[in-house]
Amino acid sequence: MTNEQLAEKALEIRKDIIEEVFHASSGHPGGSLSAADLFTFLYFEELNVDPKNPDDPDRDRFVLSKGHTCPGLYGALAERGFFPKEDLKTFRHIGSYLQGHPDMKGTPGIDMSSGSLGQGVSAANGMAISAKIYHKDYRVYTLLGDGEIEEGQVWEAAMFAGSHHLDNICYIVDNNNLQIDGEISSVNSPYPIDKKFEAFNFHTININGHDFDEMRRAFAEAKATKGMPTVIIAKTIKGKGVSFMENNAGWHGKAPNEEEYNIAMKELSNV
Amino acid sequence: MSDKKIATRDSYGKALVELGEKHDDIIVMDADLAESTRTGKFKDKFPERFIDCGIEEANEMSMAAGIAATGKTVFASSFAMFAAGRAFEQIRNSIAYPHLNVKIGASHAGISVGEDGATHQCCEDIAIMRAIPGMVVINPADDVEARAAVKAAYEYDGPVYLRFGRLAVPVIFDENDFKFEIGKGKLLREGKNVTLIATGLMVNEALGAAEILSASGIDCEVIDIATIKPIDRDIIVNSARKTGKVVTVEEHSIVGGLGSAVAEVLSEECPTKLKRIGIYDRFGFSGPANNLLKEFGLTKEPVAEAVSAFVRG
Repeated sequence: MTNEQLAEKALEIRKDIIEEVFHASSGHPGGSLSAADLFTFLYFEELNVDPKNPDDPDRDRFVLSKGHTCPGLYGALAERGFFPKEDLKTFRHIGSYLQGHPDMKGTPGIDMSSGSLGQGVSAANGMAISAKIYHKDYRVYTLLGDGEIEEGQVWEAAMFAGSHHLDNICYIVDNNNLQIDGEISSVNSPYPIDKKFEAFNFHTININGHDFDEMRRAFAEAKATKGMPTVIIAKTIKGKGVSFMENNAGWHGKAPNEEEYNIAMKELSNV
Repeated sequence: MSDKKIATRDSYGKALVELGEKHDDIIVMDADLAESTRTGKFKDKFPERFIDCGIEEANEMSMAAGIAATGKTVFASSFAMFAAGRAFEQIRNSIAYPHLNVKIGASHAGISVGEDGATHQCCEDIAIMRAIPGMVVINPADDVEARAAVKAAYEYDGPVYLRFGRLAVPVIFDENDFKFEIGKGKLLREGKNVTLIATGLMVNEALGAAEILSASGIDCEVIDIATIKPIDRDIIVNSARKTGKVVTVEEHSIVGGLGSAVAEVLSEECPTKLKRIGIYDRFGFSGPANNLLKEFGLTKEPVAEAVSAFVRG
């Protein structure tokens, strides 16, 4: 896809995110919007997946370790054709397969249930080492929040991936710099993120998480890196695309009211 | 019963090797305790299918889930304290919520860990694991039952918690006519005055207590409950109806374990006078395992005394 086409898809996914959290009257728009371009690139460029055969044993895997930002992932899956787009409005409703956090048992295209921070990245390790043991050549991708990497389990997982030379896995950190209680640097700073992963024997790449050219180069570099896992640290803007949500921790886990919803949809439609 | 004594952790290691020979889809994991949990036996035979996570139980359990999500069956091992205790939430959210094929092999359960003391003597694991939706909880009594349980766990589709001990215990079952079914208890001795329902290494002590009591005219029925969840309601209720008195015997806290599970069944289906024998809401301490079991009243003599007082009282 051209960058223009990707940008169009990303815009649709951003609208999906707003639709989902508005109709659910709950959910996490901020971190979904910051990762919307990453979701777009992964599902329209990078991942070898087939919406018609979501359980193909040879498919690439994606684990959303920051599971609360599933409105973005659901949007990407719907846009890619894994399930009908109109189902997005059932997000967080009783009886819907679109749970508040990803449920692999009920949702086509979801490779791992996640939501409790730090666990998805370990599960992704498991998928990667399974591929090594059984000589499969699928790749595994996992998206973490920058606040999430405060969890000790992330570093257990990173130590294992580095120690076991898991070059078929790519961690992506959505570095939007905000967590619920404020800036990550003031709550419990994980910086420098790249140096930490380097010390855990990762190949590290820093990019602008809203720039598709940089993503293209970074994911190619990750694929070409042998003998060690790669982490892509993607600098992003929380709430990206909706002016009043941008860089505002208050929109981490809050749904817009009708007026805010209308403003957000108008902004996203006028791009 | 033979004179042989085997720790159920040894049975675990042996059964894993037997399963590994037959099935290529088994991965065994440990967290730096392969020698102690006996998964080292599997490691020696199938190093390519053995993963040592190092001292990372949280990562181990979520990784096990990830491997299982690729269609494999994983036996993830550690001490009961660190599997059920430290990694509770990984087991709940990564393994049990998606109902993945991870079998948690937890060794060194109970106070019979011995000298390591309270920090390593997990007497809460059954309670913790039992509370997780869809989790099967198995606490085998001896070598024969333990090996059969490991194989049944492999065949079962979904998460299973298997509890093993460090201490060598008598072999009470005869392999030749032994059948294991998840969710089925075993009537080991018929009696009419009182029902002893035991689990794990306490099954042997319950049988010994029944011997002692028969001399004083108390005729005990003895039931082995290896699967604490799902529990065999019928065998419990039928025996309670017959004897009218029930005693549970476990090397686990009386809070949340076998005693609680039996109490739940009886209160709902057949209210019966009940006595729970186990660890009475306290921590353990260091000492040789067999001495500790005596200190905590978990050998046949103090069990017989407690049952006698209960029946006569």
